[in-house]
Amino acid sequence: MDPIAERLNQVLPQLFRLEYTKMTAILCRHFGLEQLEIAEDIVSETFLKATETWKIQGLPDNPTGWLYTVARNKTKDYLKRDGIFNNKVSKAIQQDGFEPEPEFDFTEEHIADSALSMIFAVCSPAIPAEAQICLALQILCGFSVEEIANAFLSKTETIKKRLLRARDALRKDHFKIDSLEQSAITGRTEAVLRTLYLLFNEGYFSKSSNHLIRKDFCSEAMRLTLMLTENPLTNNRNTEALLALMCYQSSRFQARSDDAGATVLYEQQDKTQWDQELIQRGHHYLIIACSGDEASKYHLEAGIAYWHTTTDEATKWPRILHLYNQLILLEYSSITALNRTFAFAKVYGNEAGLKEAEKLNLASDGHYHALLAYLYTAMDREKAIHHYQQAISLTKSKAEKQTFTRAVNMLSDTII
Amino acid sequence: MKEFALIFRLSGQSELKPTPEQIQERMNWLAGIAAQNKLADKGNTLSNDSAKTVYANNIVTDGPYTEIKEFISGYVIVKTDTIDEAVELAKANPIFKMGGNIEVREIVQRK
Repeated sequence: MDPIAERLNQVLPQLFRLEYTKMTAILCRHFGLEQLEIAEDIVSETFLKATETWKIQGLPDNPTGWLYTVARNKTKDYLKRDGIFNNKVSKAIQQDGFEPEPEFDFTEEHIADSALSMIFAVCSPAIPAEAQICLALQILCGFSVEEIANAFLSKTETIKKRLLRARDALRKDHFKIDSLEQSAITGRTEAVLRTLYLLFNEGYFSKSSNHLIRKDFCSEAMRLTLMLTENPLTNNRNTEALLALMCYQSSRFQARSDDAGATVLYEQQDKTQWDQELIQRGHHYLIIACSGDEASKYHLEAGIAYWHTTTDEATKWPRILHLYNQLILLEYSSITALNRTFAFAKVYGNEAGLKEAEKLNLASDGHYHALLAYLYTAMDREKAIHHYQQAISLTKSKAEKQTFTRAVNMLSDTII
Repeated sequence: MKEFALIFRLSGQSELKPTPEQIQERMNWLAGIAAQNKLADKGNTLSNDSAKTVYANNIVTDGPYTEIKEFISGYVIVKTDTIDEAVELAKANPIFKMGGNIEVREIVQRK
């Protein structure tokens, strides 16, 4: 590959993700969300032009500035075309022929505000949570339908339909991409945080084996959450807790999958691969997050993630169990139930853990069998193997199948 | 799915101030029910100090109703298919070590 193309391949995807939302947001501010498609078309055309031009001329000194200049010109062109049409239709009232030059405030502050507004627009109560994530991935992060479908292990058609419905709802919502109003912030912050949390988890726990996309999902979720914390209007203790959680989780991103793409369980992770800088960032946000009275699920989960970064087995597991106890009382989910049981076994032993686990009634859940298998390992290898096999047949994730198969092989070897 | 109130009763002789271990045990019990997705309401503890009993003719006495030598110390509400399941959940509660007992009552929704 020639050096220009190689450099472009490195720079473009990241630049695209970074500027896509902002540019769409600022254009939506002008056109209104009803005209979302026009804004997106202009942005897509801008990036297309960038790819074509830069391939020949190389990367400009200020790629971002270049992009905004092109976007501005394309928008002017569009408005002119549109204006000619409108003028013809409404000649009678446009007598003096005066056509105001469209004002585009492309200052950094303005761009950031618009992008922030866009997050709140996407998290509309009119759009179901699952569709919000897809919409966020598409509009806020610039992922393609194929990439989203791949990550969700869904058919492209399914995602397309979901997005179509969500966009329809978005248009009808009449949310103004202008200065964020307090009512929107109060009413939607919870949904915004939940969407960003799910977006992050989609990357972190994704069934997809595409490592790169997963990492992108996580960093996008972090970027958007960071944006919220940087604005005093949208920042609050829960947002900081969520960001702390994301920092802690991402610190283990490298360590939790091996070269073959299989998931490396927490206990087997090479701790030297944990990103200390991210852990420090996590501490930073968690300390601020805990300065108030709030104890949201993000606080609890960040607390658990914090204890996971510590290495004193004797002190940390009772703490982790305590936090999981609180978390499960706050909100039931099968994954919390399973994690809580794991922590319970760590504190009270595998036998006691098994008794708790058997009450969970999650026989159709692959992770449930993986937990049983883990707890049976030292007690009853046959049963452990049996449950790993159940887990293998139930999980959709390739990485997990690999991990469980490896565990079965190890157990089978020890029997002989 | 039906809902059942588990009503905790302690006798007058019970030690009122729980040890950290006892608190931990209770928490584990409660979270264990939540982990089975069978907790409808984590309920509340009922105070023993800030308590009055009101009788007919404006007679008010200090403290909870203790005619039966027992007082209600708290409640939680579980959701299960049958009362037997609710009873099974109750059996694992650490209150019995303190000489207490649990009354299980189906909740009848007011129409």
